[in-house]
Amino acid sequence: MTMLSILDPTDERVPVSRQITPRPKQIVGNVALLDISKPRGNVLLDHLEETLSQRLPDVNITRYAKPTFSKPAPEALRQQIQANNDFVIEALAD
Amino acid sequence: MVEAVAAFELKNLRDEKIAFSGTSDALVCFIKEDCPTCKEVMPVLMAMYEHFAGGIDIQIIGQTLEGNKALDKAYGPGFSILDDSALKVSFAADVETVPTLFRTDADGAVADTLIGFVRDEWQDLLQRLSAEFAQAEVDLDWQSLPQWRPGCGSLSVDPSNADRLRAEAENSPIRARKIDVGAQDDEFEFMFDQGFSDGLPLVPPTPERVLRMLEGTRRDAQEIIGVMAPNLGEVNIEKIAINAVMAGCKPQYLPVVIAAVEAICTDDFNVHGVMATTMGASPVIVVNGPIRHQIGMNMGMGALGQGNRANATIGRAVRLVIRNVGGAKPGETERSVLGNPMKFTMCFAEWEERNPWQPLHVERGFDASDSVVSVFTMTSGPTLIVDQESRSADALAGTMGQTLEGIYNPKAHFATNCLLVVVPEHVDTLMRDNYSKTDLRKRIQETSSRPTRDLVGNDVSGAGLKAATAAGMSEEALNKMMPKFRTEEDIHIVVAGGEAGKFSAAFHGWVTGNIGSIPVSRKIDI
Repeated sequence: MTMLSILDPTDERVPVSRQITPRPKQIVGNVALLDISKPRGNVLLDHLEETLSQRLPDVNITRYAKPTFSKPAPEALRQQIQANNDFVIEALAD
Repeated sequence: MVEAVAAFELKNLRDEKIAFSGTSDALVCFIKEDCPTCKEVMPVLMAMYEHFAGGIDIQIIGQTLEGNKALDKAYGPGFSILDDSALKVSFAADVETVPTLFRTDADGAVADTLIGFVRDEWQDLLQRLSAEFAQAEVDLDWQSLPQWRPGCGSLSVDPSNADRLRAEAENSPIRARKIDVGAQDDEFEFMFDQGFSDGLPLVPPTPERVLRMLEGTRRDAQEIIGVMAPNLGEVNIEKIAINAVMAGCKPQYLPVVIAAVEAICTDDFNVHGVMATTMGASPVIVVNGPIRHQIGMNMGMGALGQGNRANATIGRAVRLVIRNVGGAKPGETERSVLGNPMKFTMCFAEWEERNPWQPLHVERGFDASDSVVSVFTMTSGPTLIVDQESRSADALAGTMGQTLEGIYNPKAHFATNCLLVVVPEHVDTLMRDNYSKTDLRKRIQETSSRPTRDLVGNDVSGAGLKAATAAGMSEEALNKMMPKFRTEEDIHIVVAGGEAGKFSAAFHGWVTGNIGSIPVSRKIDI
């Protein structure tokens, strides 16, 4: 019985296992609230912003929004969030 | 014809490795045991070897090991036949017939090529060699040999070997990783285990099959045609061919699959969202132009169903590319709450000849003679529009408008698009009143229109406009008539189906426009 060879139909990339960033013990600095533009995501973020502002008055909160929930966030938006913030909270939907 | 015989290393019958440099004055002859002409040539080769082996490199190459042993036993030649049962040397030398004898000069260039056995040619070559090496003529009774024998086909061009040899050759277009399936493994089970399948059995994509598939296109196998979300995997022609083999495509379908994948890998189509949405969207592929007939697509009876290889496997190949290269797998980055059978395959051709209007591709800016693939994102369908009673265009188009209002839910206006498939009998009813596509679209919008106040959520159905929002609206705004679709362009129309049956159908869209998926058409590069 001979061995059969087949060709790999996938993109052949070995998945990279990524280390999760260590979770800080305290929330200080800048926090991004990202709305993915799905209905009622803003309601959740409004409440979060209010709660965070009360509990952590020294934290700076900035609101961001993706142009549409159906596509990945544009590169520029991702860079802007990363450059200017220490934390990001994204409101998913459904 | 080759210009030089490339260097090789083969084992002889004594299991010794014999190296040929490819840059020497040499005689190289290819034979196989079951060829009668080769057997007739054996005494000539033996005499030639005996006479000239001291002055010129002589290599006799046989194409089967058992055959070489049999020849050795039968003739007891002075040479030990080299084993090219892998056929790589025969293939590289482009040998189509055995015997083939190459004479190469001191630079390795082929000076003479003798194919089969033409007595005068062989005699002439041996006479020239005698003169060249200042030796007596070879002692052979030439008259006892046949004047001419055609030779036999080389095993390296036998259809059962040729594709494998092409796949393994140095200039092979194949670059994908080869996966060896264990000899004791069932290849079909193996492919299921690897996660390559949509749930149905796959044709094993062997290098031979993929090469045959690549013959369906003139495009370079390594040409990258796009990046497939969600994994952002690069898609080249070879990967499409591999998945097309698995799907069961014929090589002549490949250009359609390539064009559909090109269409899908656009920002407009947004396959990332199409796969990731919980709503269960899937590509629906419509083919227009001459290629429909060339590859035997179904556009008539049962066009949206099973039973036609081109329809079924083109759609499946596209889905397998999305799955295997894009990485969209249910439960992972494919998040559809229910899924739908279109996710296996959904591809059909428009019956342009039964279409009294412009066919889809012409409407979308192509020439009628172009072959074009159009890809839509649809979440449901085909959903039937049953109307066997209407006898006027207005009445039938009204039924269509009312039925289409149910897309998503009846209160969801301005929400999505649709692909309406009008069947021949309904075409005839519409043409009784000389309806144009524009008339049909206008009537659908007219009969699906509702005052805004009817679209507000209530106790019967909570879907629709929020009551709080409606409370802040003027009477005029609440009385404004809202058609089902944002624009008439959101109603895409094609003709397909059997001659009998007053059952048109619609595919229901997903999120449309820049925030969702925009239909994309691509000319098929044949």
